[in-house]
Order: sequence, then C-alpha cells, then structure tokens
Amino acid sequence: MRGGLWQLGQSITRRLAQSDKKTIARRCYASEADLKKTVLYDFHVANGGKMVPFAGWSMPIQYKDSIMESTLNCRENGSLFDVSHMCGLSLKGKDAIAFLEKLVVADVAGLAPGTGSLTVFTNEKGGAIDDSVITKVTDDHIYLVVNAGCRDKDLAHIEEHMKAFKAKGGDVGWQIYDERSLLALQGPLAGSTLQFLTKEDLSKMYFGEFRIIDINGSKCFLTRTGYTGEDGFEISVPSENALDLAKAILEKSEGKVRLTGLGARDSLRLEAGLCLYGNDMEQHITPVEAGLTWAIGKRRRAEGGFLGADVILKQIADGPSIRRVGLFSAGPPARSHSEIQNENGESIGEVTSGGFSPCLKKNIAMGYVKSGLHKPGTKVKIAIRGKTYEGSITKMPFVATKYYKP
Amino acid sequence: MALRMWASSTANALRLSTSCRPHFSPLARCFSSVVDGLKYANSHEWVKHEGAVATIGITDHAQDHLGEVVFVDLPDAGGSVTKATGFGAVESVKATSDINSPISGEIVEVNSKLTETPGLINTSPYEDGWMIKVKPSNPSELESLMGAKEYTKFCEEEDASH
Repeated sequence: MRGGLWQLGQSITRRLAQSDKKTIARRCYASEADLKKTVLYDFHVANGGKMVPFAGWSMPIQYKDSIMESTLNCRENGSLFDVSHMCGLSLKGKDAIAFLEKLVVADVAGLAPGTGSLTVFTNEKGGAIDDSVITKVTDDHIYLVVNAGCRDKDLAHIEEHMKAFKAKGGDVGWQIYDERSLLALQGPLAGSTLQFLTKEDLSKMYFGEFRIIDINGSKCFLTRTGYTGEDGFEISVPSENALDLAKAILEKSEGKVRLTGLGARDSLRLEAGLCLYGNDMEQHITPVEAGLTWAIGKRRRAEGGFLGADVILKQIADGPSIRRVGLFSAGPPARSHSEIQNENGESIGEVTSGGFSPCLKKNIAMGYVKSGLHKPGTKVKIAIRGKTYEGSITKMPFVATKYYKP
Repeated sequence: MALRMWASSTANALRLSTSCRPHFSPLARCFSSVVDGLKYANSHEWVKHEGAVATIGITDHAQDHLGEVVFVDLPDAGGSVTKATGFGAVESVKATSDINSPISGEIVEVNSKLTETPGLINTSPYEDGWMIKVKPSNPSELESLMGAKEYTKFCEEEDASH
C-alpha cells in the first residue's frame, strides 16, 4: 500500500486502518467535517499535532517530534497518547462473566477481581472479530476497551448476543463510556509521573491490574497496560477533566513525557510484537494462528463454550496450518502484503505489518507463514517491488518488553 | 553487516541534524525551502537542468512531510524514465512513497551515496540528496513544470487543504 509523495498524510492512515477496502475508501475520502474529534483536538493542534483521518476520527499522527524521535523518547522517558477514539464499556450484571465468556477466549471467571488480560472476540469460524483488553472489576462488572475501527461491528455483535442471552433470563447490561476520554501514559517515567497526581500507591499496582481511583481530582478507571511494550497506564477520565489531566501529566514529567501520535504508536507496538487488528489479525485469522494461544485459558480449552471453539480447540490439538512470525529483513522495510518466500522463491506467506525499527535501526515485520517454516532462524526472502531481499524469521518481541510485574 | 551500518549511520546523521535545527510547526512547513532556478513537479520532485543533463530529487517540503528516510530504491543507470511515471521509491519510518520523474529521458547516473546514507535526502534534499541524472529526451517538458514561486504557492495551498 503506497502512494506518491502527495498522499503522504493519508498513507499511514491507510496502512494503519487497512483491512476492509470499502471502509478504507470511505475513511480516506471522508471530509474533514465528517470526522469525529476528541476533546483534546484543539490541544493537539496547538501542540503541532498533524491531524489525519483514522477510523472516522481526526487524530494526531505525529507532533513536532519526528516518529523516530517520539518512538525513542517513549522508551527512554515516556509518551502520552490520546486514545479517546477507542471505545470503553462495562458489562454489568450477575451473569456478565458467563455472557462474556460466550464471546471471548479468556478465562474471565478465573481472573482475580481487579485484574485483566488481553483477549480475542471470536466468530463462529474461530476467526477474530477484535482483540480487546478486558478487566474483571468485580464478579458482576467487566470493563473493556475495543478498537475504534471495530466499534460498530463489536457493539452490534455484543448487542445481538446480549439480546438472546437476556431472552433466556440472563442478567447482563452494558454501559458505553462516550462521556469519558482515554489517555495512554507509557514509558519508564509513567509510574513516577502519575504518582504525583494520585494518593493511591502505584508501586503496588502491577501489569494487568485495574483500579477506580481519584487522579488529578477526578474519578478515573486506571489500567496498568498499554500498547508499546513499556510499563504504563491507560486512564479513562471524565471528558471534562481530560485536558487538565493531559496538561498535568506533561507538566509533572518536566517535559520528558511527550505528546506522541499514532505514527510512533505503530512503531512501538510493532517493536513490542503486538498485533494491530485489521493488519495482523482479521476475521479469518484464529487466535491460535495469531500466536495468542496463551490467551485461551486452560479451563476454556477444556470446556470450550465460546464462538468457534470447535475450530480453535482442534487447531490447538493438531497445530494451525499458518502461524504469525516476526521477521528481520535487508533492503527496504517490508510493508503489509509483501510476499514471503522460501529460499527457492516459493511463496510461503505474507507480511501483515512492517517498518523500520527506530530502536533497533533495522527493518522489522510480522506476517504469516506456513507451519513448519515458522521457526526462528529460518531463512526467507521478501519480495518488494519486483525484487527479493534476504530475511529471517525471528522471535518477538523485537524490543524486550518492560511490563511492571512483582 | 551492511544493513546495520547504513541504518545506524542514517540514524546518527538524523539525530544530529534534528537536534541542531528548530522543530517545524505545521505553519513553518509552509516555509520549507524552495530553491530559485529549479523546476518543480506537483508530485514534489525538483529538476535542475544544466547543459545536456538534468538532475532530479525530491523537495525539502516532501522530505519534511515524509520524515526520516531509511531506504531509497533507485533504478539502474542506462534505463529510461518517463514524465509523471515512477522511477523509484523512498521509504521513511512513516510510509513508502513512489517517486515520479518530472521529465522523460535516459538515466545517466544515480546517486549511489543514497544506498549507504539515505538520510542525505533529509539533510540535503537539493544537493547531496539528489537521486538521478537524466539526459532529457524532450526538453520542452521542462516548460510545463512549476517555477520556485509557483511551487511555494502550490505547497501552501496543498497544506491548507489537508
């Protein structure tokens, strides 16, 4: 997916949004006025944010810092992202867990209250509808955040199944947090910076944990998670307090935590080996193929009971026919849809996302190859613009993750 | 390994260059440098016609929008280029962009320095970062390109419409 220089602003949006071609076309040609704005829109513009259409929203792709600088600064100091385009919601009711377990692969019942996990919403064929971080707040309250680009589809899917579930007497309802904004604070200074703004002892709050606490004077949903591979938080804040919170975070870090856009967010998540839904995971890709078997709880493997369980459990038993892998390559960065070949030049798969790693100073990519050819060290060729370049399959993450764990 | 070498040298060059020049705000982007005497295509390439040979590269405005260039795909000398048709690609951290030739002709030389140091496109878009030299087959094509003033206006209008 590439364009001429004049399409610059659009190209990354396309690369980030991709998947459904019709949707992309609509996104790309949506006029500025049709785009939704987060409450921080003016703040982004005032700080030099270069706004681009993304999943129906006008979002900053970068600020004054280049993508390279922003990526490095996140790992050295910290980054603040506005991710209010993502959709936060709660499922509440005494059967909320039983309901959600029909739709996702996680062992939600087995989560300790106040903890969460990455999970996958599946369809009847075992393919991924979306990936999502879910938190069991209490036994009758689940909090989750779904992708902006999947919002309509996810909510329709949840609603349809919720109706059927309730018709059979199940107790579950939802609350969608459109009145809240979502900030992601990531990087080594995330904890110490946020600690200035809350009385809660954050040193006792570990990766994957969730709390509802007062931050900078307002009631926030705090999750120690992120999409960069660094320690950090996602903070759901009442929208009227979002601007104050963003300013306070930047100020308390003494300028070291910097506003960071979607461009560096993509580099960071790629370096961390994390999937971008729509690129690295789609309707026809199962969590097993995507390398997320670890997210399918032991009990769920034994019992099934989620959409597509028959397909997924069979894949766990027999092994999937394709697998998501990491790649290093020479030459130009391998972007999505580049063909992956074996050493004889035969096609063995396709790159799903890739780019130049600001931290490693070399090309990294992820993609899917046939099982058996997925082992780290396997030599491959990657076809780009009619030429092939040397590559090899490698373990992910590309850059070591630094999650805050006990 | 060669790959590592070019990559780290680019990064070093870029970090150096970015630290000693002021950050561009979107407003300042309108004032990316445009050189008098060159001809410009609306796809943001420049041509410098001197005697029998024309040098081609991408503009300061283009490199600023692209961000750090990490790889440059160039054709071989001896081949030909056609006006408004792609002859290569520039890869930045952000994206891949096709580079079109503003004129038609035979490629007489390519800038091999860009293989080792693609960041020259960022640090010196009009000088060391040139991409190809062409013997024009139809010099009258140059007439249809923009002059410096016209191109500056074109960039301002394009930025405003984004």
